Amino acid sequence: MSGTAVEIIRTKGEETETVARAVYEHPLPVRLCHWLNSISLLVLVGSGLQIFRAFPSFGAKIPQKDLLNWPKSFAIGGWLGGALQWHLTFMWIYIATGLIYLGYQLFSGNYRQVLFTPRDIPGVWPMAKHYFFFGPRPAVSEAYNPLQKHAYTTAIGLGALSVLTGLAIWKPVQFSWLAWLMGGFHWARLWHFLVMWAMLAFVLGHLVMVALHGWNNFVSMLTGWKKNPEY
Amino acid sequence: MQPEGKKPDAGEPSTGEPKAGEPNSAAPQTANPLLARSETPQPRYDDSKPDETKASEKKPIRTKPLRTKLVPASMTERKFAHVTRRELLKVAPVLALGAFVIPRFQQPLLKKGLAFSDWASGELFRRGHLAPTFADEQVTPFEKFPINGYDVDDPGVIFENWTLTVSGAVQKPGEYRLAHIQALPRMRQNTRHVCVEGWDVIGRFGGARLSDFLNMVGADTSARYLTMACADDYYESLDMATALHPQTLLCYEMYDQPLTREHGAPLRLSIPTKVGYKQAKYLTEIKVTNVLEKVGYWEDQGYSSFYGL
Repeated sequence: MSGTAVEIIRTKGEETETVARAVYEHPLPVRLCHWLNSISLLVLVGSGLQIFRAFPSFGAKIPQKDLLNWPKSFAIGGWLGGALQWHLTFMWIYIATGLIYLGYQLFSGNYRQVLFTPRDIPGVWPMAKHYFFFGPRPAVSEAYNPLQKHAYTTAIGLGALSVLTGLAIWKPVQFSWLAWLMGGFHWARLWHFLVMWAMLAFVLGHLVMVALHGWNNFVSMLTGWKKNPEY
Repeated sequence: MQPEGKKPDAGEPSTGEPKAGEPNSAAPQTANPLLARSETPQPRYDDSKPDETKASEKKPIRTKPLRTKLVPASMTERKFAHVTRRELLKVAPVLALGAFVIPRFQQPLLKKGLAFSDWASGELFRRGHLAPTFADEQVTPFEKFPINGYDVDDPGVIFENWTLTVSGAVQKPGEYRLAHIQALPRMRQNTRHVCVEGWDVIGRFGGARLSDFLNMVGADTSARYLTMACADDYYESLDMATALHPQTLLCYEMYDQPLTREHGAPLRLSIPTKVGYKQAKYLTEIKVTNVLEKVGYWEDQGYSSFYGL
């Protein structure tokens, strides 16, 4: 279970001194799912944008007014057929990994580390003020501060939404009730597109934060252990 | 090494911060941490209700054996390096995804992925579930219904002697004229036409149920597929379940008018439970078969074979 802490010691003859502390933050299933779905997401966004290039509009077909000409070089698949192969393959990896992640978090109790709850609401603004407006650094007492919990919980929600909107586009007849909830096939396609952009905004923020918080923090998503945490 | 802490008490959220006094606390302690955890199940007794049972009848609530690996409160740098290296190796399976960038494996893997998707689609298809239909006001105007063609300028259809050649596992193979098809009950439906490119329009299609036609020709409906050939050299195939779906039409009308040349005259498929490219135009042959030599014009280039909506 995450939360175990150890002291890292060095012996010099008879004496031992503590050179560092370390906390076990991320259990193996969390790490595996994180990296599997980071890669899957990259492929799904890339191939999704190539699919989008086939009809880069949310308006009528006749007359067609393209919304955005996304360059082929920033897409995966090369052509619509290829992009669909990537997309319809990796979506299964993404869904399976997501379900394993959610299942693990729930049944291990580890979800408490990441889930944003009403109790976290007061802590969000002070942390945001600190990051974006040079406010004072709030005290940190756990692996994820309220702003992080908010971001990660939202990201998980966006992941689920991208799957649901995707299902509505992929099967607007067999999942007609789901498509109906979204306003029909045409709208579901737009929501799928918008959810992707929201997810990309999260990923950008996440990468910036990872870059800012140093090597020890980054490594914790590889080995599970964070050396010298702030709490 | 995967340390397992005690599960947090119900109602008390685990903050990840080791509590003082608990064996895995980082604070120096006098108790020997190696004795912190037992590996045998500790019986617990339910004290939440008034004790009405005799002591001899009380059933202990057994927790599952704690599969803990003992985590000492301290470890040397060398041990820590060893532990973290092991943990890193445990994440290595993620690299298996790298197979997708190896040229030799990429196409076979993608083909398998697509095949899995098609299999799942087949499983999700329900013969009784109808595609949504729409009111006349919601239908896209005819001039805004796109014409997608492979060779629309001259699909090579000669109307005067047009027949539909029926063959394969049917009792009455042969040439069928449009009149034969038009003699069957005519259905008209406003349904959504979805193109693989991502656009969609709502059209008005009229024709005979394919299931009625298959009945008429005595088709073996336990066969797996229909294959179609078209005047413009397009070709397609259809799974029998979809062919028998009540909304699948041998379509000879659009917007209450006979099919125009651009839209596939004199006969096309209208299949609201399939993507657009499955709905072949300029039909000339239908065969009932269990064997698929080719799947379809687009499918044989790498597109999905089933593509049910």
